Amino acid sequence: MTTATANATQLKKRSGRAGPLALLLRNHLAGFGLVVLGLVVLTVLVTPWLPLPDPNATALSDRLLPVFSDGHFLGTDQLGRDLLSRILWGTRVSLAVGITATLVAATFGSVIGLLAGYFAGRVDGVLMRGIDMLMAFPYILLALAIVAVLGPGLLNALYAIAIVNIPFFARNVRGVVVTLRNREFVDAARLSGKGNTLILLTEVLPNVLPVIVITMSTTVGWMILETAGLSFLGLGAQPPQADLGSILGEGRRLIINAPHVATIPGLVIFVLVMSINLLGDGVRDALDPRLKAGALLRPAARTQVANEAKTAARGEQRGLLEVKDLHTEFRIGQDIHRAVNGPTFHIEPGECLGIIGESGSGKSVTAMSLLGLVASPPGVIASGQVNYRNENILGVSDDRLRHLRGGELAYIFQDPLSTLHPLFTVGDQLVEAMRAHHPYSYREAWDKAVTLLENVRIPNARERAKVYPHQLSGGMRQRVSIAMALANEPQLLIADEPTTALDVTVQAQILKLLNQLRREQDASLMFITHDFGVVADICDRVAVMYAGELVEVGPVAEVLANPAHPYTQRLIACVPDVNRKQGNLTEIPGLPPKVSDLPVGCKFADRCDRAVERCRQAPIDLEPLTDQRQARCIFAREVL
Amino acid sequence: MERQIWPYIGRRLVMTIPVLFGLTVIVFFIMALIPGDPATAILGSYATPENVAQLNAQLGLDKPLVQQYLTWLGNVVQGDFGRSYNQNREVIEIVGERFGATLILAGTALVLCSIFGLLVGIISAVYQYGWADKILTLIVLIGISTPAFWLGLLMIMLFAVQLRWLPASGMFAVYGGGDLPDLILHLILPASTLAFIATGVIARLTRASMLEVLRQDYIRTARAKGLNERRVIYRHAFKAALVSIVPVIGIQAGFVLGGAVYIETVFQWPGIGSMLVNAISTRDLLLVQGGVLVVAAAYVFFNLVADVVQVMLDPRVST
Repeated sequence: MTTATANATQLKKRSGRAGPLALLLRNHLAGFGLVVLGLVVLTVLVTPWLPLPDPNATALSDRLLPVFSDGHFLGTDQLGRDLLSRILWGTRVSLAVGITATLVAATFGSVIGLLAGYFAGRVDGVLMRGIDMLMAFPYILLALAIVAVLGPGLLNALYAIAIVNIPFFARNVRGVVVTLRNREFVDAARLSGKGNTLILLTEVLPNVLPVIVITMSTTVGWMILETAGLSFLGLGAQPPQADLGSILGEGRRLIINAPHVATIPGLVIFVLVMSINLLGDGVRDALDPRLKAGALLRPAARTQVANEAKTAARGEQRGLLEVKDLHTEFRIGQDIHRAVNGPTFHIEPGECLGIIGESGSGKSVTAMSLLGLVASPPGVIASGQVNYRNENILGVSDDRLRHLRGGELAYIFQDPLSTLHPLFTVGDQLVEAMRAHHPYSYREAWDKAVTLLENVRIPNARERAKVYPHQLSGGMRQRVSIAMALANEPQLLIADEPTTALDVTVQAQILKLLNQLRREQDASLMFITHDFGVVADICDRVAVMYAGELVEVGPVAEVLANPAHPYTQRLIACVPDVNRKQGNLTEIPGLPPKVSDLPVGCKFADRCDRAVERCRQAPIDLEPLTDQRQARCIFAREVL
Repeated sequence: MERQIWPYIGRRLVMTIPVLFGLTVIVFFIMALIPGDPATAILGSYATPENVAQLNAQLGLDKPLVQQYLTWLGNVVQGDFGRSYNQNREVIEIVGERFGATLILAGTALVLCSIFGLLVGIISAVYQYGWADKILTLIVLIGISTPAFWLGLLMIMLFAVQLRWLPASGMFAVYGGGDLPDLILHLILPASTLAFIATGVIARLTRASMLEVLRQDYIRTARAKGLNERRVIYRHAFKAALVSIVPVIGIQAGFVLGGAVYIETVFQWPGIGSMLVNAISTRDLLLVQGGVLVVAAAYVFFNLVADVVQVMLDPRVST
């Protein structure tokens, strides 16, 4: 990579990824909360210098004046005290108590969490059992019990609220410390002879600070609410001292004659806590790395398809299924990861096409794109066509797509433990697959499900139908997946590394079974794998994929005998061959290029022995070699 | 391969014994920390030193703390929580009377906030960042930020004082009440107030777990099977999300039981919460002790039920 392009990418990255503060400000609600909270804090800070009556000066002749009275903007209470003044002073108290309680709880809770997480073992056991005991009480009840012991009073209410919030900090902090405890930098500090206290303060604490900040920002609103609550009950601030809760509590009996005495302080509590919570949510979101990465977005029922791909005009279709110039990309923030870069291929009826490549080569995304199963967001099918029986699947209605999925086109996924639903029995999941496409009764479908399980050679199928996926072995689970895919007699099976997660011996059985069954049903098979040995066993033709594009296509026997692309040669060399000596087994050095930053020319050039200047200058086309074979390499013809 | 649920429940019940034991330790020792002399507190400041000493001996307060605890625990196990010196009645009697009312209020609120929390959470997750999600998220945040006692007062002012639709306080009408419709009428305002405040936590968690589950591979499988989106969301995703939501509903039971303190005070609901507030104000400590212990035990029980439901939902958890 040249220095210029390197700089350009770095610049792009910097602008694409926003810092926490920018994220916080981008969130309108959080910004609104910040402004409101700022105004409240500012107002109560300058309260001593405002021209307000003494909050405790009683004037019995001016009792219960309504809002907007002369000289009393918010009216007066039952003793004729100015309500505006009382509320501003009360807000000072409530805020101060809430924040202090938060700091106390954060300090004690964090210390407990740090010690428990760092020392683990016995210390952890004792401390966390204590925390569990605190949490065994209903939240407010424990605060009440503590106030009962200490006696009513604002300071005691503060202690009570702080104590009941300690567990939240202790648990959150401990959770993070446990993961940090054995990290390299902590070990390094230990080896360098730093004491435990120093390590905790200088190495561990800085890494837990975000968690402490998040917990503080999400609990401070609570603590203000709860101290106000205790004061409301007459257990917090005692006259003449007043916070918002006690003002509200005193006004409670007047709600019929003078509702403003109780409602206005309540409104202030609400506004205060609401603004804190809006801000707190913003802080939490801004510090959550998953949110930044878009990992918490809900995937839609089908992959988003750009309009041009939906309406793309079709020529004459080849084969049962034809993929033309398919482009699927992941749009994350400002970055575009181009996972699939325009492969064109087709599958004939009854044919088995192997799609082979390393992990990250885009073969799975290609397969998922066919029926819109790529998670979206962030996935988008930007252009191309997927034609099945003269219909562009990318443009069909949701209902039509639903009929094709699991009907004429069925998938078998890689890891059956995560792809089968853990909470339904396997029989139930098979029944569901059939009833999504046929009007069977549950009983009928169940009997058919048992037959399907027998067909995939699951012994004792009638009993096995009643078990949950986790109760089966990996091989049995994958048989269930195959049964599910075959449930509606599909025309095309799309198998995405169906044997990768299995033991070698089981792999062979599953492969044999899959191939046998699809021949019985006369279904086409699109077989995705990284293993040329498997391709050699069952596929008719093979398409080799690298960095989202096809680099070689051809009949399996010909490609194996005479691979035209250097990448294909390397993949074939990866297959252990019992007839050859062990020494011939080679790995491919280097890594595939990042799909967010693809080179202009041959994408394999950086890992290729034969690469010359010409390889990197311009895109290389997929050239036909014979009427059956194509390759994307300037040296391809020399091989033949 | 059927799992045995009853032995699990049995074992789980046995496991609550140490927890309950721990609760008694905490409650007892918190009360033992009280500054001052309980006998003086009971007899008042006019008591003679002889009377105080006599009462101390009578109450066993001259014995070591551990011995006092064991004696007390022995009594508690037999249902003897001592006498309320303010009301001059057995604590167990008063608590028993009050507990039913709290259970009705908190139970109703818990059911309401679970239903609404789940609904709101699912809708929010399904329409993530859509207008429905934004509005619901804001309402949820309002619920979380509202002081329960203030909302209660507003409800009384609107529905009882202004509109006169519903009674403002109590559990039954003073004259001619006492039947179920009367109870329901009195229950509407306090229960919905409590539920509104408590819905937020469940709604937020439901939204988060639904979003988490909707990214799982088995949801993609459900779609690949050709299921319609409604079934994917309400059957496949919701069931999986529920496994992590149920324990939080158990924790919410504690929130609702605690929040009942405010609601009972505002609506003069004759439950344990309002009793506790009075008992604390009058320093009726044995009554506080008994009340706190019973509510805490109820909370432990709610959590037990939540755990059992979770195990029944999730076949992977071994019993």
